[in-house]
Amino acid sequence: MTDASPLLRVSGLCRSYPGVRALHEVDLDACEGEVLALLGENGAGKSTLLKIVSGAETSDAGTVELRGSPLPRSPAEVTRAGVVTIYQELSLVPQLSVRQNLFLGREPVRRFGFVDRDEERRRAELVLERLGLDVDLDTPVRELEVARQQLVEIARALLADAALLIMDEPTAALTPREVERLFVILRELRADGLGIVFVSHRLDEIDAIADRIVVLRDGESVGCWSADALSRDELIEAMVGRPLDQEHPKQAAELGEIVLEVEGLCGGPVRDVSFQVRAGEIVGLAGLVGAGRTEVARLVFGADRATAGTVRVDGEVLNATGPRDAIGAGVALLTEDRKAQGLVLALSSRENFALGNLDRWSRGGLIDGARERSVFAGHVERLGIRVSGPEQPAGTLSGGNQQKLLVARWLERDCRVLLFDEPTRGIDVGARHEIYLLLNELASRGKAIVMISSELPEVLGMSDRILVMNEGRLRGEVDDVASATQESLLALAVS
Amino acid sequence: MTKTSSKRGGWRSWLAGQGMLGVLLALCALFSVLTLQPQQLAGTRAAEALVDELVDTAPGTSIAVLSRAGAEGEQFVDELKRRLDETGRSPILTVAGSPAAIRAALEGASGVDVLAVPSDTAAIVGSIQSDLPGLGGARLMSPPTRSWPTFLLKSNLLNVASQIAVIAIIAIGMTMVILTAGIDLSVGSLIALSAVVTTWTIARMGGVEASLPIVLLGALGGLLAGAVTGALSGLVITRFRVPPFIATLAMMQVGSGLAYLISRGRPIHELPDGFETLGRGADPLLGIPHAVTLMVVLYVGAWVLLERTVLGRYLHAVGGNPEAARLAGVPVRRVLLFAYTCCGALAGLGGVLMASQLKSGAPTYGQSYELHVIAAVVVGGTSLFGGEGKITGTLIGALIMGVINNGMNLTNVESYTQKVVLGLVILAAVLFEQLRKHSAEKRAARAGAASG
Repeated sequence: MTDASPLLRVSGLCRSYPGVRALHEVDLDACEGEVLALLGENGAGKSTLLKIVSGAETSDAGTVELRGSPLPRSPAEVTRAGVVTIYQELSLVPQLSVRQNLFLGREPVRRFGFVDRDEERRRAELVLERLGLDVDLDTPVRELEVARQQLVEIARALLADAALLIMDEPTAALTPREVERLFVILRELRADGLGIVFVSHRLDEIDAIADRIVVLRDGESVGCWSADALSRDELIEAMVGRPLDQEHPKQAAELGEIVLEVEGLCGGPVRDVSFQVRAGEIVGLAGLVGAGRTEVARLVFGADRATAGTVRVDGEVLNATGPRDAIGAGVALLTEDRKAQGLVLALSSRENFALGNLDRWSRGGLIDGARERSVFAGHVERLGIRVSGPEQPAGTLSGGNQQKLLVARWLERDCRVLLFDEPTRGIDVGARHEIYLLLNELASRGKAIVMISSELPEVLGMSDRILVMNEGRLRGEVDDVASATQESLLALAVS
Repeated sequence: MTKTSSKRGGWRSWLAGQGMLGVLLALCALFSVLTLQPQQLAGTRAAEALVDELVDTAPGTSIAVLSRAGAEGEQFVDELKRRLDETGRSPILTVAGSPAAIRAALEGASGVDVLAVPSDTAAIVGSIQSDLPGLGGARLMSPPTRSWPTFLLKSNLLNVASQIAVIAIIAIGMTMVILTAGIDLSVGSLIALSAVVTTWTIARMGGVEASLPIVLLGALGGLLAGAVTGALSGLVITRFRVPPFIATLAMMQVGSGLAYLISRGRPIHELPDGFETLGRGADPLLGIPHAVTLMVVLYVGAWVLLERTVLGRYLHAVGGNPEAARLAGVPVRRVLLFAYTCCGALAGLGGVLMASQLKSGAPTYGQSYELHVIAAVVVGGTSLFGGEGKITGTLIGALIMGVINNGMNLTNVESYTQKVVLGLVILAAVLFEQLRKHSAEKRAARAGAASG
């Protein structure tokens, strides 16, 4: 580790998107033979930073240098220069074989443009052996599990003579055993002098693999520390910008009647799920990715068809054949991916708000535009939605304001049950606080709220009661939230 | 929003917002300049232009007012006679008739000093005059010409409008379909199917003698044939999730095949005279063709539908993000079904209109019209990815294509060259739109960055 000649040097990097300052004056050094952990909450700017370094995005200001010379500005050239990025969504072609993927775009060529398959095989076997990956070179990549696909990507990077490997949340979809194996490989690569930038949310993993840590918050770099110089609490404080106990301003609301009652719900991966939610109650639904939490919400909402089970709202059976029925019964779903599933990005904020409410201000199919504008203005005022005007395209709002816009839509409908799927995903720290206050207010108004979240501190901080799911089933219920810990929830989630 | 942005960007951003309208106006200006030439006057206006000159001739001059037969000829003669009577210079002879009639009248007349004729009759009367020695000294007088673009003549503009009527009407339905991120390739063959169904029904139920109710029944049949086929496409697309491209490609074959089956491959001509009224008739007051009136009415209706109704909002939402729309409670399938049914029905109407214009129905009608219709929609600025588009843009798109066609005909561009030019114009329009959108996005991004 020689600070004089870093492998990669990022300095003064700035990047803004409409409504968001993604990066501001970010500096970062990555060296040969070390693992640099890049930490930060969702929306802290990690992805933007990676995209700029890998050439997929441009910066507004600042420089990126590799061994002292500026990095080229297109993804292909950056890769050729030796900086390879492996994203969460792997960039392999599923239909092609392992060998074809390994050499895609860099095929060794014989005369007349024929691919030199023998040469490919020879080089591929060398690399796979180095990674300890035992796989048939002619298998289509789609037949491999995610962990192996990831190793194929790493092999691809090594074949491209990568000097710096950037990994964006590589462990998100892996089992603990697979993570351990990945780390063994990464340590070996580090010993061989490869530089590695590692992005993760999981602090345990940071302890296990990182040499140095850089923390981003709200698009600015908070600091750079040696991995053993910082306690876990200090690290969290650096990430969120304030002590943890203020992070979740939970106010318990008065609980009322049972509003939502789910019994024996089955469908897709979901098996026999039963629970109840009272008016004014926030029920946290925890579990690992793929545990079936989102699916439960979609089944209740009628977005997918349930194969068995009953859903009751205010004691009345809801036979939802589609979202329309559920909405009619007063159930609302606020999806995890607001851009893909919540909003019509090309339409204005007003039109997005009105979607699903049009029957309230139309007669004979004709929309009363004046009424629509005034109702929308009322919600903008009440929820503090920051829009430049009712016509601002919904796609240009910040994450927090998009979430508020969707909440406004369902408040106008007077929905009694609100199913929040990852309500703060992609929302920056300041706006998160407002979403939590909004959840409190909704509860105090007597709404029954289900909050699905992958962030255990959020579940622990905001819920009145916690349900934990694993493999499509409810594995446990925590009534005494105050004495529950992340570890106890995790234990249930992997049980 | 519109107000603030125009304030900020001034006339330039306003112009960018009206991009295709600007292109249309530029094309009109271009063809106006290219077709500027002396125009002959006819009818009443020809008479008005000539009367002063006649009154100025020496008193006692005897005037003959002559014109070939036809409405304009009669108007010319009547108006000129009335004006001359008012000034006490009544003509000694007035004829509006065939060359033979004019010759006969002139042979019987004597002492004619001035022959007053409209421009289109001057040559005929001139040759008659040279045959008749008695008229040797008479002056042949016709109204002066004036300079005016042929393109901008009222008759030509109405001609452009009626020529695009079929495409423009179907383009309404296509706009809805493309707004939902779909496509309908079957409209061309639905024109043929509808035209054949309409004319076949009328030919079977009276033919040349068919009464008005039968004609209306036939037209309704054609319209329904389009609507039902469109609905079928919609059902296949929504129920079985067949991509619109494939579903309507299949329907294109089915529709065309049915048209050939019903007509046995031959054009159907056994139609009453009244059948032309829709396609060739015009209202007696302003002379606007019924086809153009129908088109305008449909566009007004479509504008209201798309901009002011729940259904219109749903069409935009479904095209922009079908999953978000569904989760917001939008009945996505019904909206799609409506779009395809509506598009089919309008294609059916287009078929009826075309059959009426050509006074026959044949299975060869409408070939490759789907491409013209799609081109009109795309040139009009509707995104093929769905969610974005305006019906006014589609009308402008159809007009641009019609104007280019017409303008090139007027300037004697060869028809093969016309195809090349039309293709390039479509390409240019889409490129222009892309560039405009790109720079608009950049502007928005910069504005957003400044505020955030």
